[in-house]
Amino acid sequence: MGNLDLQPHFDNEYRWGFVTDIEQEPFPQGLDGAVIRRISATKGEPAFMMEWRLRAYQHWLTLREPTWATVQHPPIHYQDIYYYAAPKTASGSKPKSLAEVDPQLLATYEKLGIPLQEREALAGVAVDAVFDSVSVATTFKDKLETLGIVFCSFSEAVREHPELVRQYLGSVVPYTDNFFASLNSAVFSDGSFVYVPKGVNCPMELSTYFRINASNSGQFERTLIIADEGASVSYLEGCTAPRRDESQLHAAVVELIALKDARIKYSTVQNWYPGDADGRGGIFNFVTKRGECRGDNAHISWTQVETGSAITWKYPSCILRGDNTVGEFYSVALTNHHQQADTGSKMIHIGRNTRSTIVSKGISAGHGSNAYRGLVKVLAGAENARNHTRCDSLLMSPDCAAHTFPYIEVKNPSAKVEHEASTSKIGEDQLFYLRSRGLSEEDAVNLIVNGFCKEVLKELPMEFAVEAQKLLAVSLEGAVG
Amino acid sequence: MLQIHNLHVNVAGNDILNGIDLNVRPGEVHAIMGPNGSGKSTLAQVLAGRDGYEITAGSVHYLDQDLLPLTPEERARAGIFLAFQYPLEIPGVANVQLLRTALNSLRRARGEAEMDAIDFLEFVKDKLMLLGMDDSFLFRSVNEGFSGGEKKRNEILQMAVLEPQLAILDETDSGLDIDALHVVAQGVNSLRNAAHAIILVTHYQRLLNYIVPDQVHVLAGGRIVRSGGRELALELEQKGYAWLEDKASQADNAADLMEARL
Repeated sequence: MGNLDLQPHFDNEYRWGFVTDIEQEPFPQGLDGAVIRRISATKGEPAFMMEWRLRAYQHWLTLREPTWATVQHPPIHYQDIYYYAAPKTASGSKPKSLAEVDPQLLATYEKLGIPLQEREALAGVAVDAVFDSVSVATTFKDKLETLGIVFCSFSEAVREHPELVRQYLGSVVPYTDNFFASLNSAVFSDGSFVYVPKGVNCPMELSTYFRINASNSGQFERTLIIADEGASVSYLEGCTAPRRDESQLHAAVVELIALKDARIKYSTVQNWYPGDADGRGGIFNFVTKRGECRGDNAHISWTQVETGSAITWKYPSCILRGDNTVGEFYSVALTNHHQQADTGSKMIHIGRNTRSTIVSKGISAGHGSNAYRGLVKVLAGAENARNHTRCDSLLMSPDCAAHTFPYIEVKNPSAKVEHEASTSKIGEDQLFYLRSRGLSEEDAVNLIVNGFCKEVLKELPMEFAVEAQKLLAVSLEGAVG
Repeated sequence: MLQIHNLHVNVAGNDILNGIDLNVRPGEVHAIMGPNGSGKSTLAQVLAGRDGYEITAGSVHYLDQDLLPLTPEERARAGIFLAFQYPLEIPGVANVQLLRTALNSLRRARGEAEMDAIDFLEFVKDKLMLLGMDDSFLFRSVNEGFSGGEKKRNEILQMAVLEPQLAILDETDSGLDIDALHVVAQGVNSLRNAAHAIILVTHYQRLLNYIVPDQVHVLAGGRIVRSGGRELALELEQKGYAWLEDKASQADNAADLMEARL
């Protein structure tokens, strides 16, 4: 078994690697106060927003990149990055309707399988499309507005709902949180904003599709989702980028706020360009995602399927502040070739009777390296806290790696914290068994991998689960034997 | 249907099969018996196309084509099925999912339309009923947490769904209680007709009380040392294998003498 070579299954082409030839409006390279002021001015932001950005920038200057993750990369030259790139529009502002959107952009999303024409769009899914630094279109907006639901680009929210942005922005991930979150707070360009009012169950899936197109640019999106008391919402994000030889930085921040009795489900299928077979290029995906169950009985659930990026560094977390709150994290991370992932979750138990679940599935192939890093913290006041953590690793090649770094801090003796971990290799015996039933080697590998990920995939909304399954299959595809 | 001629197989430098000749015609049931280490399982694995076995001489033909160059999946699609001695666990994959994926692989290869989930469920429930098995089998992960007997019955369910032309059962009866043995027998007998052939690899003649073979072969030292009818199995039960093994080693000595003379 030791030298079983499944590599041919993983030598797939990255199908989303095309470049859209569209005129860009980039700012000069590099970062200083002037660039930040210009980003803010371009977006027509109120003064509080610009001041917040500048404070974040000043703080960022005092920080250093973290080095504790099990990832390695050449130094990032922050002054060589373009911090703002937008597709040029004739009117100079965001198109008012799809009719005004550059047809080439619509074609790009079409090619990515994200039709933005509402009549063709997936029924039951509203989409916000973010291209480099700006949101280019949001579907089903009007329909959602009748329920009082705000679903728009972040820039629009800053202009049209400044009171909500001011109240909640940075309340879960402050601009002082970490190096990449600070940088994002200073330069964030666009992203999605969701507000679901009291007692409203959002009737459709909300989704953002992020696309990096410009070269040498970073993408720094900011997402803020607020579910007011008794509200519920399910949100999905997908992402792709062109194939390029140089690496690109993606440093996003996502904040979720669930008030009393509210429920937020956040699902990600991350498919940024992973770099080539020799580890050239690919996205550095350094992301801070955190949710807070601020009121009693609130529930936040993260599900992620991470197949892309040269490096993934993210720990979608839950702060369980209210009593009886629930936090969940379900993750599949696949690393192939020279991809590296250091990912996991933090569950911070503050309220009484809080419960959390972590299920992490790491798949390593080629020279891929996959680390689970998780923190379960039970504070002194968190009576009867419960956590169950399970992390499983599946190894596909002799040269890949899997690591597990669980941290557990418990300050209340009534807590029950369980941690289970396993590491397995995909077996020649299993493959022979399935092939002797008529399955091709490729189908056999897919079946085993899907079975391994099942606990996580079943958490995804239906349409997305199918997409994620296909994506895993594509990542496993290749010339057999 | 199956013609094995002078088959020699080497595994990791050891000669395991030393000239097997076997001819199986449609409609026949052949039992292959023999002591541990005689090469029974090797023969079954070689027929299913497992890697790691070196064919050093001889040939195998199945339905008039050379079987040996075919991959395991090509053999399955051509109608060969191996019930494993130690069935594998596939965590997280529901039995029904594997069964349908497998059946549709075979149907695609035969140019038939794939069966959708609803039709398949109906189809497979008939098979379960025939075998007296519970519906819950379908939704459990493949062999995960199954008892030994359940795993063997699951192999028979797969066989019933895939309806192979040539089924090879590798010690499917070992470790089974009498109820499970009935299920296995029921599955095999329901497959038995003029078009299908079955090879039963077994230690014990007990199974042959339920599935009456047309021919019984005794494998010892990688060779078929004796073939006969049903009565041979009964004779083995009384006398054991030792007397045949002695014969085999005598034959070996004779062969060595011959070679020395040449």
